[in-house]
Amino acid sequence: MSLINLIRIALKALQRNKLRAFLTMLGIIIGVGSVIAMVAIGQGSKQSIHDQLSNMGTNMITVQPASNLNGGVRIAGSSFQTLTIKDITALTAGAQDITEISPAVSSRGQAINGALNWPTTMSGVSPEYLDIRKLTLKDGIAFTQNDVKVSAKVCLIGQTVIDNLFPNGDNPIGKVIRFGNIPFQIIGILAPKGFNAFGQDQDDILIAPYTTVQKRILATIYYSNIYASAANEAVTDQAVKEMTSVLRDSHRLRPSDDNDFTVRTQQELIATLSSTSGLLTVLLTVVAGISLVIGGIGIMNIMYVSVTERTKEIGLRMSIGARGKDILMQFLMEAVLISITGGVIGVLIGFLSTQIVTYTLGWPTIISESSVVLSFVVCAVTGIFFGYYPAQKASRLDPIEALRYE
Amino acid sequence: MSKKILEIKDLKREFIMGSETVHALRGISFDVNAGEFVTIMGSSGSGKTTLLNILGCLDKPSIGNYFLDGVDIKSLSRDELAQLRNHKIGFVFQSYNLLPRTTALENVELPLLYNRDVSAAERRERAIKALEAVKLADRHDHTPNQLSGGQQQRVAIARALVNEPVMILADEATGNLDSRTSYEIMALMQELNSKQGKTIVFVTHEPDIASFSSRTIQLRDGHIQKDTQNENKRSAKEVLDNLPVTDDY
Repeated sequence: MSLINLIRIALKALQRNKLRAFLTMLGIIIGVGSVIAMVAIGQGSKQSIHDQLSNMGTNMITVQPASNLNGGVRIAGSSFQTLTIKDITALTAGAQDITEISPAVSSRGQAINGALNWPTTMSGVSPEYLDIRKLTLKDGIAFTQNDVKVSAKVCLIGQTVIDNLFPNGDNPIGKVIRFGNIPFQIIGILAPKGFNAFGQDQDDILIAPYTTVQKRILATIYYSNIYASAANEAVTDQAVKEMTSVLRDSHRLRPSDDNDFTVRTQQELIATLSSTSGLLTVLLTVVAGISLVIGGIGIMNIMYVSVTERTKEIGLRMSIGARGKDILMQFLMEAVLISITGGVIGVLIGFLSTQIVTYTLGWPTIISESSVVLSFVVCAVTGIFFGYYPAQKASRLDPIEALRYE
Repeated sequence: MSKKILEIKDLKREFIMGSETVHALRGISFDVNAGEFVTIMGSSGSGKTTLLNILGCLDKPSIGNYFLDGVDIKSLSRDELAQLRNHKIGFVFQSYNLLPRTTALENVELPLLYNRDVSAAERRERAIKALEAVKLADRHDHTPNQLSGGQQQRVAIARALVNEPVMILADEATGNLDSRTSYEIMALMQELNSKQGKTIVFVTHEPDIASFSSRTIQLRDGHIQKDTQNENKRSAKEVLDNLPVTDDY
């Protein structure tokens, strides 16, 4: 029997009992619909978590001088001074997967505005630092490469420092404050970031060109850190390898020497990211599996009833020339048509409910193609799997007895 | 001598029921030629139904041979028997066995759906022609519950005709009908037999119905009791015309 005839026969059989076919589909419809909607909501929240984590700079890489032994005593890495302009030049030229790079020096001291003062930290960095750390300006402008070149006495100011030095609500832009006896003109205000995970106030900061801090305050040619950002999280490990080999060359280390620096990534953040998404995926897969199995059992149940109820029809079909496998294929096709039609309706309902969730609750949702394709394939497989046994039962009926069945 | 459609040689059929062996048919031989209208009669328990199942290729003989249009059915598999039924036999049942909620045309098309060689267009055309042959050309789109018993049986006859079988096998085809409608069906059968030369084997227990056929085979206890040519075959059409017009229904 040709496939077209087969589909025609199965469709006509389903049309004869539309309500039952629909009720059978309902299990699949709800299963697929809920899978699509839940995956969409899951993906949406995953994306928003991802965005938040990216905001913290998941692709940020930090280079620090390494700790070392000095006559049997371990010395903290920060006391070493190994990172210089040479390293920045080498990294800029040699590490492909790095998009931005900034040296960093810092100095603790007292910021003074007239009669008011406040203890804070001044970071000396390059303009790229703002991008690397995902810092934005609330007002004013950032300093430029030219300011770096001339060691300009300009700075960006954090909200906590403003609150303490300008308590009357004056606009600090254009004002001059002193830090380590050097006058700095405030040219920009950093958008508040709040406290970080370790309770540090990220707004208690002044940011100035690194040359200014190096030359005018610290009088050093070394950097305390180098910050860089990888093109994206995926190439972070690759970037770390590149940076390590570039820095080893730059520091002229022999193969037997240990690194005199450490390269760190935001591994914890990345791990959080992947574990969140991993858990979500497992959870949704389990839910999808359960709902589709329940839908499949529904199909099997109805197909069994249907075979018994239509025994006489099966007998008739056999008597006019249907072979066992024609009957088998017919009932299998009916089951598959039910499950696939249910799948299509389920996908539509999934889309619809996702839109409703987005508009009424304002949750972010992303409908992933893979969840649509997957649930569709699972539907077809469910139809075949749960339809086979009843169909086989039908195909093995004896036509004489089936015809006489009342 | 015209072509033999059925050849039955010393046919026996036994069933094993627990420890007992039931002999339903105890050795039957007869031939049916093309164009004959044969009725098979017998009381219940005579082996009528068993013989019908074998004639319809739904069952196989235990011993003996059955040739349908020259094919020995004993050597055929289950699937091959189904194919044979599809190509050579048109069934008409007592309870019509039409698919519910399915139009007359689709019911008639049904056997052709299981025939690979027939295209969709040809299938429709042949179904329309078969419905015309049973004078239901204007009832294509009616479902069985919109048709009377006689009309339903005529749809069933059209379904039996549509695959152009070598033999129409009717099983108590008038059993569920009143006498007037029965005569209508018999008139139709006679017309198919005489005008289109269809071979018909009609199983019944009513002598009245048997009198419309050209030959009657009487079964009794698994044997052929009588096999007689019907010399004065009645015309169902004439009987129908002479039937008094009553208004009791």
